[in-house]
Amino acid sequence: MDSLPPLLKVNGIEIGFNGRDGNFLQVLRNVNLTLHKGESIGIVGESGSGKSTLALAAMGYLKHGLRLSKGSVNFDDQPLFELNQSKLQTIWGGRLALVPQNSGQSLTPTMRVGEQIIESLKLHTATVPKDYWSAVKRLLKQVRLPEPDIIMHRFPHELSGGQQQRVAIAMALSGEPDALLLDEPTTGLDVTTQAHILELLRDIASTKGMAMIYVSHDLGAIARVCERVIVMYAGESVLEGETRKILRNPSHPYARALLASIPKLSSGGFPAALDGRPPAPSGTRNQCAFSDRCGIAQSRCFSEHPKLQKLTNGEQCRCHFPELIEQIPLSSLVPKPINIIGKSKPALNLKTLSITYEKRGILDFIFGNKYRNPPTVDAIDLSVGIGETLGLVGESGSGKSTILKSIAGLKPLKSGDISLHDGSNLPVDVEKRNSEQLRRIQLIFQNPDESLNPRHTIVEILAQPLRLYFGLTGKTLRDRAILILEKVRLSEEYLDRYPSQLSGGEKQRVAIARAFIAEPEVVLCDEVTSALDVSVQAAVLELLNDLKRLNNTTYIFVSHDLAVVKALSDRVAVLYQGRLCELGSTKNVFSGPSHPYTEVLLGAVLEPDPDMVLNLVADDTVELGPPALGCPFQRRCPRRLGSICEEKSPPERLLEVNHKILCHISVEDL
Amino acid sequence: MTDLLKLFLSKILSLHQKAWTVVGDIYSKPSGAIGLTLVIFHICLAITSPLFVPYDFKMMDASLMLSEPSFSHWLGTDHLGRDIFSRTLLGGREALLVTGVATPIAVTWGGFIGILFGLVGGRIDEFLMRIVDAFLSLPWILKMLLLIVTFGSSTFVLIPTLAFFYGIPVIRIARAATHDFVAKDFVSAAKARGHKRLTIILSELLPNVRDSLLVEGAMRWSWMLLAFSSLSFLGFGVAPPNPDWGLMISDARGFMSFRPWGVLGPVVALSSLIIGINLSADALAKALGIDRTQKAPV
Amino acid sequence: MTKMLTRRVLLGFFTIIIVSIIIFTGVELLPGDACTAFLDRDAFGKLLENCRENLGLNRSGLVRYFEWAFAALQGDLGVAANGTTSIGELVGDRLKNSLFLAGCSLSVGIPLAIFLGVLTGLKRDKPIDIIVSTGAIFAMTIPEFVSATILILIFSVWLGWLPGIVVVSASAPVQDFFPEIILPVVVLAMVMTAHMLRMVRSSVIDVMSGDYVQMATLKGVPYWRLVFQHALPNALLPAINVVALTIAWLVGGVVVIEVVFNYPGLGRMMIDAISDRDLPVVQAIALIVGSAYVGVNLAADMLTMFLNPRLRTMYVK
Repeated sequence: MDSLPPLLKVNGIEIGFNGRDGNFLQVLRNVNLTLHKGESIGIVGESGSGKSTLALAAMGYLKHGLRLSKGSVNFDDQPLFELNQSKLQTIWGGRLALVPQNSGQSLTPTMRVGEQIIESLKLHTATVPKDYWSAVKRLLKQVRLPEPDIIMHRFPHELSGGQQQRVAIAMALSGEPDALLLDEPTTGLDVTTQAHILELLRDIASTKGMAMIYVSHDLGAIARVCERVIVMYAGESVLEGETRKILRNPSHPYARALLASIPKLSSGGFPAALDGRPPAPSGTRNQCAFSDRCGIAQSRCFSEHPKLQKLTNGEQCRCHFPELIEQIPLSSLVPKPINIIGKSKPALNLKTLSITYEKRGILDFIFGNKYRNPPTVDAIDLSVGIGETLGLVGESGSGKSTILKSIAGLKPLKSGDISLHDGSNLPVDVEKRNSEQLRRIQLIFQNPDESLNPRHTIVEILAQPLRLYFGLTGKTLRDRAILILEKVRLSEEYLDRYPSQLSGGEKQRVAIARAFIAEPEVVLCDEVTSALDVSVQAAVLELLNDLKRLNNTTYIFVSHDLAVVKALSDRVAVLYQGRLCELGSTKNVFSGPSHPYTEVLLGAVLEPDPDMVLNLVADDTVELGPPALGCPFQRRCPRRLGSICEEKSPPERLLEVNHKILCHISVEDL
Repeated sequence: MTDLLKLFLSKILSLHQKAWTVVGDIYSKPSGAIGLTLVIFHICLAITSPLFVPYDFKMMDASLMLSEPSFSHWLGTDHLGRDIFSRTLLGGREALLVTGVATPIAVTWGGFIGILFGLVGGRIDEFLMRIVDAFLSLPWILKMLLLIVTFGSSTFVLIPTLAFFYGIPVIRIARAATHDFVAKDFVSAAKARGHKRLTIILSELLPNVRDSLLVEGAMRWSWMLLAFSSLSFLGFGVAPPNPDWGLMISDARGFMSFRPWGVLGPVVALSSLIIGINLSADALAKALGIDRTQKAPV
Repeated sequence: MTKMLTRRVLLGFFTIIIVSIIIFTGVELLPGDACTAFLDRDAFGKLLENCRENLGLNRSGLVRYFEWAFAALQGDLGVAANGTTSIGELVGDRLKNSLFLAGCSLSVGIPLAIFLGVLTGLKRDKPIDIIVSTGAIFAMTIPEFVSATILILIFSVWLGWLPGIVVVSASAPVQDFFPEIILPVVVLAMVMTAHMLRMVRSSVIDVMSGDYVQMATLKGVPYWRLVFQHALPNALLPAINVVALTIAWLVGGVVVIEVVFNYPGLGRMMIDAISDRDLPVVQAIALIVGSAYVGVNLAADMLTMFLNPRLRTMYVK
């Protein structure tokens, strides 16, 4: 492969923007990338690493405000940054095609998807007009969209996230490009959808010999699709080489720490936190960007900027001391927290909860008409012990966030009750709860950008619960705030800052502090790590774990990420379309015989393991809502028994002590 | 109690500091600088003009009706022999007084109701907005004139009338701005903690909506001035012989063909003030980082 | 889809009813009644009694409201305060004239606003944008009577190109209003265009910096095709609502213009009626104008629903 000229060559590019005081701040420093025909390269990095900028720059495109100060990008020996618009327009879409991150927003809302694909065909291929629609159908079939005839006449907003992404891939393929550039194409999609799309990309790569540049923060996705990988940190490439080798034994401290911080289903350890944050874009760099977070940093690392060196194993590594790498553990040495199950009284009891989003008109209300659609959430019976962590897993539509909102009092129940450990009933409406009840249950949200008032300083944010529940003021209030900040490992100087001055991880810690400052008994965590970078996630999980041990807090932890749930939870409940499928201890649910849906989920999880094989037993069709009768999983279940699944609600079956599933299949047959 | 007072004072102090930064931002752009200077100039003029006007606005010199600009009368005299220059200098006083008082009242009450509607949401909100919309569908002139014709056009009638009618569109703006924030998690977090509705309005929503309201307030002021001068023009606003730009333009219209100064004086004065307010409002919006999509005035 | 349409129309009708209630109660709440207002200082004794009998004011408010509302539905707007003149006759000509004036202004203003709005949006911060935007601020903020006066000064007094005042009678056919109608249309169009173009500009800027425009660029779509096929259909959708709002404003603006130019339209009649304290006429005009506004908004809503794929499919499914 080395004898052939490369398809795309990025030569030492340096990209940046002019900061407020006029300095040139670099987003990418001296980055090189070579892509050969048929090759697939992954670019891995977290937020701020510059990976998206690199992907777009590889096409010769810079976002508004950025400029190229050094280097060049050559595609097929043409320097992309020196070509005029019309030449670039032949290349864009025709020879280099982009699959964007959020197709829902990247497809024009006023044009049907078929028309958008035809636009690409018109621009880049020799297809004659009478063949347009049949070509579109062919392409949609290639990306495995069911009912292509119907889909091609739809508007983008009428399709699900997974369908939109496939359309984007079809549109990229339509120009018959030499290479695809994919910018986080599966972010935001469900676990199963993600897995299917990655398989599709693998197939495309192998059958068409398509070259690919795949940008992602998810090492598991990269492991699936790419032969080679470049790890980016703070605008530089710090490690390059074969994916297999790098995932097994990375030679750069950052890559190692990153790998160790990812919670894995397979490993036993608790993910290891990586403290600190990457440096902001700056001018010249006089030291190793990772030095302040590195486990093997020496004095040279703080004074001299390391260059990429070729190691004996063929990888390129930007480190002064690659020989010391063995000192950093490959996977986390932190032991998993001890599970406590069934040893304590229930802190919270949910009995036959049923929640619906449907609104009934005034007339319906007067006449007492029933609801037309089945409730969003139904028949939920759960209890959580004091000090226990209950994980709720499921994909979109599973109702897990809805249940949390109801416990918090923000969403009224259709029927059922919630009771506390002293047996008293928790009023469903937050306005009817008394101060004690309000204090004892606290909620932490997913997105720290939105859950903290941007106009309040940190101390004001923390003051709210203190004033409301304890009536504290003045110096006592401030002191208490300082104390809680210490517990979440933030120093006193954060008190007077605004959220916009904090990083994502820091903001989430403030949100956690705000919840714990009320001294709650139950903390509801709604996807609290999903919006954070991987390495930051581990730190937050560690924090949650520590707080739990110190205060004996009960958690209900909602997440779509199974590995994260496994790391933190004692017991797990699996939900599908608002109904319970399986409930048991973490150990039992994640191993051994399980509910068919749990199997589907587990088979689709992407681990950063190059030898991992996915077990895709069900396809990723979109459910519009729960079925009125029978098992919620009836439409997709690979082990459907027959009409019984559609007619009768599945009974509870006990697999082990305290481990039950709801399925018609008997225990022996599973 | 003293603690709350200290909190209040520190808020005022930080707002004060912020206000100066904003003013600085406005002055950094040429349009903003021009605008704000014009506004300040007019305010000073309105306050101080009685002290230095060359002639009494009422004084009629029968021998000098409709005279040309001269050394003693810089802009000439109007059809009743009154000095146009003096009347132009004084013409903005009543307008600025009435609108200057009515605008903050309008923004306050409209803003509060708007935020409340935005927070409450649901059917009540929709129903009440229908009524608001129906009310807004009637031409403003009609509504105001009915009141003025019945109750007179003294300052004490004009201020509440303008404040009431111009507060209603503010409800819409405040409600829309609140909608942007109500869905955000920090409001849900406050609800989940069990804060009372009033606390949520004042503590969570208002600081976020405040900037939009400020910019809207500036624009309201300019619409109000427009309305006020239009009313005077039509004969329903300031009563003669008091000087007012709208009234002066109406009076001088008939003589425009040979004595344009009677019209030009007030035209330049009124236009410069309104343009000044608009330029300042634009600059204010940019300084606060608000993206304004222009709506038609009501 | 039809279900949605009928719902909207019913809602519009309901709004008009609320409008009529507001008008009626508003007038009722004013001290005195139609007769005391109209007769003013002569409002006492036999004169007052007769007037009241003629207008049927001695019955309860509720009864009068329903009478009025039902009659209006059938197109009968009642009689003026003098007890004799049919409002319908009075209003007919004036309405035609006002509609004509509004129509001319809109047909000049809307295309101009869209053209300038798109132009300044695409060429943001370039000289053309600065000139047009500054001009828009001027045109928009100066009161209409001021701009009208300035234009009359320039084009009628100094240059003598156009007449500054309308002397044609109310019942004349519309063609007779040329060339007097030119200046009023210019003033109205100027102010309308200024409002609308700023909104269009802002919308165009938003859309051009959005994700799907970037995607289309990176698909190799040439600039002008991108603008017309991808950007404008999305940028102009909100413009429909702005046009509706501008039409609402137009009603207020038309009044002043009609007075300045002595144009025989509905607006001037309204001012005269208010001056004369002729409340039945005022009520009738308010009802017409309010209903027109609701109607325009309804049309704008339906047009948006029809053109916006997101809304359209929401109701078709």
